Amino acid sequence: MELIELHGIEKTYQMGDISVPVLKGISLSIRQGELIALTGSSGSGKSTLMNILGCLDRPTTGEYWLDSQETSRLSSDERALLRNRKLGFVFQSFNLLARTSAIENVAMPLSYAAENLSDREARGRAAEMLGRVGLADRLDHYPSQLSGGQQQRVAIARALINRPPVLFADEPTGNLDSRTSEEVLQMFERLNSEDGITIIMVTHDPKVAGYAQRVIRIDDGLIQGDVPAAGPESEAQGGAV
Amino acid sequence: MRVFTTARTAFKALRRNPMRAMLTTLGIVIGVGAVIAMMEIGAGSSSSLKKTIASMGANVLVIRPGTASSGGISFGVGTTTTLTPQDCQAILRECPAIHNAAPIVRARTQVVYGNRNWVPNTMYGTTPAFLDVQDWSILAEGEPFSDRDVLNGNRVCLLGQTLVRELFEGESPVGKEIRIKNISFRVIGVLTPKGANMMGQDQDDVILAPWTTIKYRVTGSSLSTTNQSASTAATDTVNTLSNLYPADQISLYPERSSVQQADNPMPVRFANIESIMAAANNAGEISLAIEQMTALLRERHHLRADEPDDFSIRDMAELTKTLSTTTTLMTNLLLAVAMISLVVGGVGIMNIMLVSVTERTREIGLRMAVGARGRDILQQFLVEAVVLCLTGGAMGIVLGHGGSLLVQLLLKWPVETSPAAIATAVLVSAGVGIIFGFYPAWKASRFDPIEALRFE
Ligand SMILES: Nc1ncnc2c1ncn2[C@@H]1O[C@H](COP(=O)(O)OP(=O)(O)OP(=O)(O)O)[C@@H](O)[C@H]1O
Ligand SMILES: [Mg+2]
Repeated sequence: MELIELHGIEKTYQMGDISVPVLKGISLSIRQGELIALTGSSGSGKSTLMNILGCLDRPTTGEYWLDSQETSRLSSDERALLRNRKLGFVFQSFNLLARTSAIENVAMPLSYAAENLSDREARGRAAEMLGRVGLADRLDHYPSQLSGGQQQRVAIARALINRPPVLFADEPTGNLDSRTSEEVLQMFERLNSEDGITIIMVTHDPKVAGYAQRVIRIDDGLIQGDVPAAGPESEAQGGAV
Repeated sequence: MRVFTTARTAFKALRRNPMRAMLTTLGIVIGVGAVIAMMEIGAGSSSSLKKTIASMGANVLVIRPGTASSGGISFGVGTTTTLTPQDCQAILRECPAIHNAAPIVRARTQVVYGNRNWVPNTMYGTTPAFLDVQDWSILAEGEPFSDRDVLNGNRVCLLGQTLVRELFEGESPVGKEIRIKNISFRVIGVLTPKGANMMGQDQDDVILAPWTTIKYRVTGSSLSTTNQSASTAATDTVNTLSNLYPADQISLYPERSSVQQADNPMPVRFANIESIMAAANNAGEISLAIEQMTALLRERHHLRADEPDDFSIRDMAELTKTLSTTTTLMTNLLLAVAMISLVVGGVGIMNIMLVSVTERTREIGLRMAVGARGRDILQQFLVEAVVLCLTGGAMGIVLGHGGSLLVQLLLKWPVETSPAAIATAVLVSAGVGIIFGFYPAWKASRFDPIEALRFE
């Protein structure tokens, strides 16, 4: 069984009497260690799918198997536990806690972990994570004292603190310029190749999608294309076609 | 999530907005301060009241003659003189709940020593039992008078501290002669100081002497008010209509013949006394003692079942209870006001916590996304509210304690630091935090993570 398997996922929002179908039957399987880009026009349902994949939301119908566990019927507490242990999130707008140092931001998810780390252990682990994203010298900086790219890297360190197998990123470079975007994407590549972390990112940008090994196109709630790519260079051309 | 970490997180969250936290908690500070001050002042006054009550003799019962009344007009307590020293002896003999009893006659006149004089507030003629009843047996100096002194009407007396100060100026009075109404009395003892009683009356402004001496030598009353029935029988005034204001009692019964008197002698009352002070064995037996004395005195005074008592028994405990209830009531009232201030403070906490929850919606969403469960969020905000309230409570304790010390210093009110008050304040402020912090925390815990993350 693959790391992630979706079978006929549908999501319908109920707005009063009107039901708005957003996802109309998505089936998909993702292997351990893949780096995937999710693209599609605005309003096609990418974020909705990401929320379901990230166990923040439940599908209306369909099955979602994560790590051989059917998650679509779990309670909200069980899903919280799952998010804490197996899933990491990176957001477009970083979502760091203001007036809280980088190291404390990174250590924050540990306080909800089942394993009770001591304060020193938690800080040690957070410092190590910040080191891995190249911010070893910015431990006690506040978000307001960091550049956008650095903030996003703090957010990545936070997402990885519990050593999850999967990392979700909804438009992680949406608020960054092209140079810092590249920094972040290279970091994703390294995490993917060196640590085998499965990364699924939503993006509009073909250049960003070019970093992925596999590009999944969503249109109007259905998968319209699922292209495996050899490398960044050829993918950039493929995206242009 | 561990409570300790949560508490630290809460502290950090509050430190982000110290001014707001300060102002929010001000209501709690004032409320707790008021509670502490009220409890300390209340405890102080109630313990000083207890001391006063103890100095008055808590188990003491006072039996006084009843009220005379005519045509529905009452003349007040003591207007009939029905108590006798024999009543007192009978009480001592026949009421098992009574530990000791002493008759009392009073006088108010000048006391002279050398070229100094003084009118004591209290001049009691009594028996040595009085000292036992009043729990005053240990003398500062000298010896108490004896029952023999009472029988013989000896001119001896005991002085209270105030008299010693006023008449002798620190000199030892024992063995000296003082004069009361030109009768010289030998001072044989000095009483220990007792201080003021509940009404602020100086209990040391007292002179005690055998009741016989006071009655027959000082107040000058002789045996004139003897047995009323006997005196009625002896009278030969005719109650006519021309005598509009008869001073004598109307004779309702035929006079007893000498044969009848010889067959069935009525006890002759030598003297009336003004009151009897009796001490019950303990506070628990006071009501039993009252019952026993009532029955005994009714029998001795030949009262029929439908006649009212011709005496009254007053219970110090009753009086002290009334007094202490009043103080407790006042303290409780003020405490209630302080509590209201706490509730107002709590509403302030709730308000600011709601604002804080709304402000930090994205933070809540983020925490949920990284694995916080609803109950973790609930706990976090609840702890934050409790930390806020406890900080306020701690400041309130300092403020309230300082306030009560100031009251003690400036107003000279008795104040007592009570650990119970501090414990209560801590519990109450934590309670306020939990009660008023619960709704905002519960609201936060119910957020949907997706919507919370999207919140602008
Ligand atoms: N809570 C909701 N209630 C009702 N409709 C919703 C809700 N959330 C999303 N939708 C609808 O679902 C559709 C897909 O939204 P989604 O956010 O998944 O789009 P997206 O592909 O991420 O778009 P974008 O690229 O602009 O971020 C939209 O038409 C949106 O109106
Ligand atoms: Mg989106």
